[in-house]
Amino acid sequence: MSQPQDNPLLNGLWKENPTFVQVLGMCPTLAVTNSVRNALAMGLATTFVLVCSNGLISMIRHQVPKQVRIATYIAIAATAVTVTDYVVKAISIDIYKALGPFLALIVVNCIILARAEAFAAKNSVGRSLMDGLGNGLGFTLGLTLLGTVREVLGAGSFLGLSLFGPHFEPWVLFLLPPGGFITLAAWLLIFAWYKERKTKPAPSAQDLLDARS
Amino acid sequence: MTTETTTILEVRSSPHLHGPLSVDKIMRNVVYALLPLAAFAIWNFGLSAALLLTITTATCILTEHAGCRLSGNRSTVNDWSATITGLLLGLALPPGYPLWMAVVGGLIAIAPGKLLFGGLGSNVFNPALVGRAFLQAAFPVAISTYTPAGLANRFTEFIPTTLTAPLMKPAAMLDAFTSATPLVMLKFDHLYSDPWPMFWGQRSGSSGEMPGFLILLCGAYLVARKMMDWRITAAMLAGAIATATLFHLANPQAYPDAIFTLFTGGLLFGATFMATDPVASPVTPRGMWIYGILMGFLTVLIRNVGGLPEGVMYAILLGNALSPLIDKLTPPRPYGARKPAGAK
Repeated sequence: MSQPQDNPLLNGLWKENPTFVQVLGMCPTLAVTNSVRNALAMGLATTFVLVCSNGLISMIRHQVPKQVRIATYIAIAATAVTVTDYVVKAISIDIYKALGPFLALIVVNCIILARAEAFAAKNSVGRSLMDGLGNGLGFTLGLTLLGTVREVLGAGSFLGLSLFGPHFEPWVLFLLPPGGFITLAAWLLIFAWYKERKTKPAPSAQDLLDARS
Repeated sequence: MTTETTTILEVRSSPHLHGPLSVDKIMRNVVYALLPLAAFAIWNFGLSAALLLTITTATCILTEHAGCRLSGNRSTVNDWSATITGLLLGLALPPGYPLWMAVVGGLIAIAPGKLLFGGLGSNVFNPALVGRAFLQAAFPVAISTYTPAGLANRFTEFIPTTLTAPLMKPAAMLDAFTSATPLVMLKFDHLYSDPWPMFWGQRSGSSGEMPGFLILLCGAYLVARKMMDWRITAAMLAGAIATATLFHLANPQAYPDAIFTLFTGGLLFGATFMATDPVASPVTPRGMWIYGILMGFLTVLIRNVGGLPEGVMYAILLGNALSPLIDKLTPPRPYGARKPAGAK
């Protein structure tokens, strides 16, 4: 997967962005991005869990028998999640309520397991920490981009600050679940398009047809 | 496949004879058939309807052009399909609909509703209804604010909500400018209106949905020129009439009769111009009947049992979603073929 000379931090943040490239962790991505604040909180909570679990798992990677590794990863992630859960509750009960069950569900967020299995179990502690941080921040970036679109259109505000004044007509749809799907699809489209343009001079549909025939 | 070869003998699969009808010719005639409705809408609602129809059509055409260019293809504006989508969208919106929302609707109708699926011929849903469904979900208040037809100053003044500034809430309207549709009155105030005047277009509603006689006339023009299949329209109306009659017989107090069902809301308009979208509807004759009857049934079901006063839009979108399945279940029997022994 990742080459040794790659920078794991930048990889997770951009090149293998969990939301837009790996398309992992879709459940919280769709569920808690109806405001920038919730998206940021969710992203940072996940980042903390990722860094902890990646670091710990990498540390004990030679001691854990192969047969029980998944259970070990889950137990480690669950520990970090419990800590996060209490910390968020202590900082802001509002955010805690808004995130609801999704905070506890970070345990089974596939990004955690994917990074543990694909990276932390095979790499040194330092690189695993960087990978956890990169992926966590990449996830935060993804959630915040979604949250920005949904909050700006759905409530006319950014981080709770009103942008368009009191007469703004909210696009109700964007606060509802369909808005999450539409926004995610739009961002994925933009990223895919950007990547395609970067890798080769934009092929037209005619070229694609020719290539196929 | 782009290498130049001299054609000595052309070998092609059937059909070998091509009729004179082409896609853009059919589409152009659909535009002709929609123009009387647009004229009636403008006569009913004046400047606002005229501007609304212009804006939706222009948005759809520009979006289609820009989308084709962005994806590096030749612009397909010339096949008139974007014009139809724009006109249909405008005719299906309330006459005083804020123009900036209409622009959003046109963008959504063409960009995700049609171009992302691959353009004309590949869209799963009727693009105009995709746009309208998005608007209904995004701005539920504006799309259920209707204006009475034939206001005295309609040719000199805009309906106030029409000119709402972009992104802003439309101003609350004076009572003189609002009027509940017969379906809304029935659903929420239990007021029954006489259906026959509605057939001649005397009621409030979406800008193009009211003149029943004109809609049927324009549909008949397309059917007579063999540019539209009458089965879908007939089946949808039949399905709606049958379902409405059953409901009415079961409880005459709560549910309206078939005539009322037929002449209110967008049923006639939807059955004639929306449900018959040649791309998003089944192609087999049997499939068309199933599809139409299903949509008629769903329309009445949503109206009578659901929370919304009108159900044509969702009924057609559901029908569109089912049409590939319907096509698969109703393959026509090839000429001369027999059912294999043992098959049902």
